[in-house]
Amino acid sequence: MNTPFLSVRDLRVAFSTEDGLVRAVDGLSFDLEQGSTLGIVGESGSGKSVTNLAILGLHDREHTDVDGEILLDGKDLLTATERELERLRGNTMSMIFQDALASLSPFHTVGRQIGETYRKHTGASRHEARARSVEMLRRVGIPQPDLRVDDYPHQFSGGMRQRAMIAMALVCDPELLIADEPTTALDVTVQAQIMDLLKDLQQEFGTAIVFVTHDLGVIANIADDVLVMYGGRCVERGTRNQVLRTPQHPYTWGLLGSMPSLDGPVDVPLSPIPGLPPSLLNPPSGCRFHPRCAFAEKVHGGRCATDSPPLEINGGGRGTACHLTAEQRREFFVDYATPQPN
Amino acid sequence: MSGTDPLLDVTGLTKHFPVRGGFPVRRTVGAVQAVDGLDLRVAEGESLGLVGESGCGKSTTGRLITRLLEPTAGKITYAGQDITHASRKELAPVRSEIQMIFQDPYASLNPRHTVGKIVSGPMEINGIDPKGGRERRARELLEIVGLNPEHYNRFPHEFSGGQRQRIGVARALALSPRLVVADEPVSALDVSIQAQVVNLLQTLQRDLGIAFVFIAHDLAIVRHFSQRVAVMYLGRIVETADRDDLYENPRHPYTRALLSAVPEATASDTPPRTRIRLTGDVPSPLNPPSGCRFRTRCWKATERCAAEAPALVRVEGNGVGHLTACHYPEAGRTMTSQAAA
Amino acid sequence: MFRFLVRRTLGALLILLIISALTFVLFYVAPRDPARAACGKLCTPQTLALVRHNLGISDPLPVQYWHWLVGVFAGRDYTGLGHCPAPCLGYSFTNHEPVLGLITDRFPTTLSLSIGSAVVFVVFGVGTGMIAAVKQGRALDKIASSASLVGSSLQIYIVGVVAMYYLSDEWHLLPRPQDSAGFTQDPGAWFKGLLLPWLVLALIFTANYTRMTRSQLVESLSEDYVRTARAKGLSRRTVFFRFAWRGAMGPIVTILGLDIGYLLGGAIITEETFGLHGIGALSIKAVRDNDLPLLLGVVLTAAAAIVVANIVVDAVYALIDPRIRLA
Repeated sequence: MNTPFLSVRDLRVAFSTEDGLVRAVDGLSFDLEQGSTLGIVGESGSGKSVTNLAILGLHDREHTDVDGEILLDGKDLLTATERELERLRGNTMSMIFQDALASLSPFHTVGRQIGETYRKHTGASRHEARARSVEMLRRVGIPQPDLRVDDYPHQFSGGMRQRAMIAMALVCDPELLIADEPTTALDVTVQAQIMDLLKDLQQEFGTAIVFVTHDLGVIANIADDVLVMYGGRCVERGTRNQVLRTPQHPYTWGLLGSMPSLDGPVDVPLSPIPGLPPSLLNPPSGCRFHPRCAFAEKVHGGRCATDSPPLEINGGGRGTACHLTAEQRREFFVDYATPQPN
Repeated sequence: MSGTDPLLDVTGLTKHFPVRGGFPVRRTVGAVQAVDGLDLRVAEGESLGLVGESGCGKSTTGRLITRLLEPTAGKITYAGQDITHASRKELAPVRSEIQMIFQDPYASLNPRHTVGKIVSGPMEINGIDPKGGRERRARELLEIVGLNPEHYNRFPHEFSGGQRQRIGVARALALSPRLVVADEPVSALDVSIQAQVVNLLQTLQRDLGIAFVFIAHDLAIVRHFSQRVAVMYLGRIVETADRDDLYENPRHPYTRALLSAVPEATASDTPPRTRIRLTGDVPSPLNPPSGCRFRTRCWKATERCAAEAPALVRVEGNGVGHLTACHYPEAGRTMTSQAAA
Repeated sequence: MFRFLVRRTLGALLILLIISALTFVLFYVAPRDPARAACGKLCTPQTLALVRHNLGISDPLPVQYWHWLVGVFAGRDYTGLGHCPAPCLGYSFTNHEPVLGLITDRFPTTLSLSIGSAVVFVVFGVGTGMIAAVKQGRALDKIASSASLVGSSLQIYIVGVVAMYYLSDEWHLLPRPQDSAGFTQDPGAWFKGLLLPWLVLALIFTANYTRMTRSQLVESLSEDYVRTARAKGLSRRTVFFRFAWRGAMGPIVTILGLDIGYLLGGAIITEETFGLHGIGALSIKAVRDNDLPLLLGVVLTAAAAIVVANIVVDAVYALIDPRIRLA
């Protein structure tokens, strides 16, 4: 049997705060093959960033409970020792973050920060590490890499910092790259450059990528498979085309309806999702989306408020967690997708 | 539209921030040319979208229009009155008509004031006593922006980001402004909340006839919100046109590149726009390129572009028309069809 | 960096000039006879006349200040008292000695006291703060935090006296504090004589450094770049010292510099408590004797210590954090 490269099984992450227990991730499962990209979409509080940190084992051990399984190439990361994780981080699996300025150390040169990872995992000399840093900077498209290698992050532009961070994450040719909103803080032209760069590097090295974002446009551009998260749970998943063209979950409909486009009809108002994202401290009963869902009352017997809908998998990894029947979804989505001009 | 004076008329607007340095005595050694010779007009009740990437000077422009910053040169005319260097006193009646909404709903509300105090603050400062009292008016405003008027006595920290932005909107509406400058009003919000606030602003714009300068980096939101759009690059406007004209028929190479860089959630069966990938970074506004400022990243640039700064001129259209600042503008769709006919 | 140092040194000289002028004016404009005051308590008419002459009381104030200033750079002759070579900060008529000589005599004691206690409070304060930050929220952290709260509310004149009584006199654990010939003459005596003052003076400061180190570290441990460093596979220890501690250092160094500058200006209460004779004791003596020239000298010394400490702090900060550009 072909085992997936990364397999997350029923992941549950909860942390205790002064106000109580926060269930940030509540039963999340997904698989990722080598060389492919999984896009995780969600808004603030959906649990997407917490999932990332749990994969790398970077969550605060003191106050966090993590349950389930995270299998990387068959090895369970949740039972691994700190020392084993240190050997994997930056080497087999690495991560790039949203805010490159805050995420790079202001006290060390870019070259040193890239070389540091390389030395740690390969035992290379200072000299070799520097040469490798220059090579990596060149590969991510930094002009004059042999000079810029001695610059500090604050001397780089925003786009260059994100490139430097990518260089740092890829310096040991990792097999898994986790990208947490890597282009959110960037301008569109730079965002396009960075996404092209990631795609090129993925083709070259066959890296598996988990790409987390709130932007469905970015997802459409980079992901093979898409997973939509809401309130710590997966509400819908499938291939990119399945999720974007024939979305099944009312939340996904809402996200798509909230986004203005460059060539759709203009003189119609957006269809926002009413209400606020759920509090994970005190999440809604049943389906966590039901207080904001326009279709909850269409479900027979008011089950949305009482029963949590399971993620129904219907072949090929396509799945939706919603009480609506397939028929209802077809009907409502057509309605939803063609807003009335006002 | 032509013939009547615009509500806001800005010509040659310039803001240079001095840079100090030198040895042993510090002095001004240069200037960041944040905004450099900018022209724009906003008609009564119209919404103008101002787009551009970070560092292009769009926020500075917003602060100049609202006179939060003092312009280095140029002229700002509001409703026929020159307010470029108007004193505090002269500005007072105008200040109440021009309001600003800020990006950060967390930082722009005083955490120690109740929502009621925040919203009625502008009325208090300007000594305005609406019929029925300030509190009643403030409650009314809260209702208009979709908040519960009962929240009058709550504090900003009790609200979510989207709700705080609504409080900011209510405050901006307190003096019944004719012009609102909104600086990235939704970019700090979640996607689903963004749409709520955009819809709110749009309703206000239409129902209350308020003119908007909507500053944003998100081209899709600007398209959705604005009747006219101006594109900025490195302190200058490179193109301005009616909304549909600009998005369907961009004439400046930078506008084209910008539009082609926006990732769209539409699935892959629609033909993708021609992809143009700009290389490199925006040059420093401390030492911008000579001539056309975009030339260092433009695939069409020639020697002429380095020697001569292109003026923002009309390429087509009636009324205010479609203006672009380029020596070699892209072929317009209407022009090619005319040529074919 | 060079430009920065030149610019700041020029600025520091300007500040000292202003402070000296201000002090001069304040002391000499006071509604009393400055010569009578400077002459001291045991003042004979002859001495008074001598003082009057040497201070140039009959001259307008700016001229008096100018003479003093010239003295600083070129030296000054005091009729009937001898020559005071440059840099001449004035002449203490009470002590029959140039002011500078009095200060340089006392300075080694103050320097030893300051630096010695700084070593103690940095080691203990920062060390405890680090432990507290690592064990955040656990028992050790709570103990360290409460202990530092108690420590910072103690007063030297109580702790010092109590410590001297028990530790030295009753239990003979530590030698009684005393002035020594100095580190170069007899290091052993120097160390013994200052050990108790170091510990007591450090006790008060340690608490501050514990709290500051803890809070700075707690903040920098939650920085994004610390998380990135962990994501690179670096060990906790490396991340702690190379990244988190580096980020916490700046503010600590700033306060440390200012504290040392302040201590070099004379730890008045500490010196009084332990009967040491440093700059602090000298300034008290100057006040008691109404010795205006000496008081001016002491005030300038303290100001110079703080100004120099500030320059050093800024330079060190720039070395720690490359984002601070010095020009």
